[in-house]
Amino acid sequence: MQPILSLRDVSYSYHNLKGETPALSHINLQVSEGSFVAVVGPSGCGKSTLLSLIAGLLPPEDGEILYRGLSSKDYCPDSALKIGYMLQRDHLFEWRTVYQNLILGLELTHSLTKENTDYILKLLHDYGLYSFKDKKPSELSGGMRQRAALIRTMAIRPDLLLLDEPFSALDFQTRLFVSADIANIIRETGKTALLITHDLSEAITLADRVIVLSKRPASVKREMSILYEISREDPLAIRSTAAYQEYFNQLWEVLTDGKTTV
Amino acid sequence: MGKQRSNAQQPVSARQQNFLRDHHRHHHRITFGRFLLLFFFLAFWEAASRLAWIDSFFFSSPSGIIRYLGQMLTDGSFFTHTGITLFETIASFVLVTGLSLFSATLLWYKNSLSEVLEPYLVVLNALPKSALAPLLIVWLGTGSNTIIVAGISVAVFGSIISLYTGFCQVDPEMCKLIYTLGGNRKDALVKVILPSSVPLILSSMKVNIGLSLVGVIIGEFLAARRGLGYLIIYGSQVFQLNMVITSIIILCAIAMVFYKLIQSAEHYYRKKA
Repeated sequence: MQPILSLRDVSYSYHNLKGETPALSHINLQVSEGSFVAVVGPSGCGKSTLLSLIAGLLPPEDGEILYRGLSSKDYCPDSALKIGYMLQRDHLFEWRTVYQNLILGLELTHSLTKENTDYILKLLHDYGLYSFKDKKPSELSGGMRQRAALIRTMAIRPDLLLLDEPFSALDFQTRLFVSADIANIIRETGKTALLITHDLSEAITLADRVIVLSKRPASVKREMSILYEISREDPLAIRSTAAYQEYFNQLWEVLTDGKTTV
Repeated sequence: MGKQRSNAQQPVSARQQNFLRDHHRHHHRITFGRFLLLFFFLAFWEAASRLAWIDSFFFSSPSGIIRYLGQMLTDGSFFTHTGITLFETIASFVLVTGLSLFSATLLWYKNSLSEVLEPYLVVLNALPKSALAPLLIVWLGTGSNTIIVAGISVAVFGSIISLYTGFCQVDPEMCKLIYTLGGNRKDALVKVILPSSVPLILSSMKVNIGLSLVGVIIGEFLAARRGLGYLIIYGSQVFQLNMVITSIIILCAIAMVFYKLIQSAEHYYRKKA
């Protein structure tokens, strides 16, 4: 089957008067329909740049990005593939109610139809936020805000979800459960997701496939498939399996080039 | 707001009652203190002029001011002069607010434009506006037009700069969110920049109303036959100090009313948000 997203030899550099900072160098990767892929790499290696390129916010300097085989140059937002992007912080606007925040994407794409708003109300129900729909974002807890941000992203019915460390603002306990919760929601709806994280255990508990990037300028260093015999519902159970330990060690070795001390 | 409403439904504890009582008591004390200060100031002033510690010809006195105010009210000059100053101030305030919002939006929208215009704005803002007044008189004559333009010239450049700076400081990630949801720069302006800048716009309005009044009075000093600024200059020339000080006190009252109006607008916004 044709991959939903593929990058061919994609490179990108930032320019300023002091010189050129290469961020990505010849990235090749493919994401197949319905999969959950995590991208890990050392901090500052250009992970967020990668997502901005995939989301079409930046044009690649070299190489090509294909959405279901269509080049990004011919891509327009209304075409076959819709991309949802979940940013690091939720950015729920304080001057809007929770519900008004969630319809933002529909407002911007002029698709505020009854069908679409009903879908948002359904999502609010499903994720237990319905009674908060007319509250201000500041009245929600960290985990609830993150779920609201997910609904805002889902409201435009994306085929591909880009997640840019969406859990990094949460405390450890909340993070553990909210990340599993959101990954389950994404899996159940059959969406394809690309998660960027610097947290190795998060990557191997949530994803089917982990892509390891090298130091800046980033290129793909290794790809790993992740498979468990138990369900992914419980993040703690996953973390206590032998397979999890094995994956973690492998990943650690790849990231540190076999050096055990930093 | 919802939180407060739900609190109100719970029975109020004794400690909460204490807190509320102390709070109100504190509030009343402050108000009382303010009036007391005013009362003592006026009483001291009146006494000083009656006991001839100060010469009431130069320093006037509260009773003199009240007498003069009564005279102004009966011959109607209060309404002409105060009315014209109010009209000119409001006109220049409205124009300043509109112009600066429009210009700051344009500068934010077109980056290259702001880069080109920045040094000019800084120079125009730093220029003492009273230096422009003689020029304005030659160009526009001695009437309300000149005075309104003088009022605008004092406030507008600083207002543009502060609004534009505020627009640029809005978290770029918020704009990025708009782009990821399929919006463009215009959407970012309407959905993010302007709504998130409402507190900034209100505080710049507070500054503008004061500066507009300053500009209008400067204008009236130089080029008017009516208005409180004219009365102040005229009164000082003919040694009618009652006239001067009464006009200054009317100006104080105007400034206070404007301040209260914008404060209640701010209050309304906070309640809504």
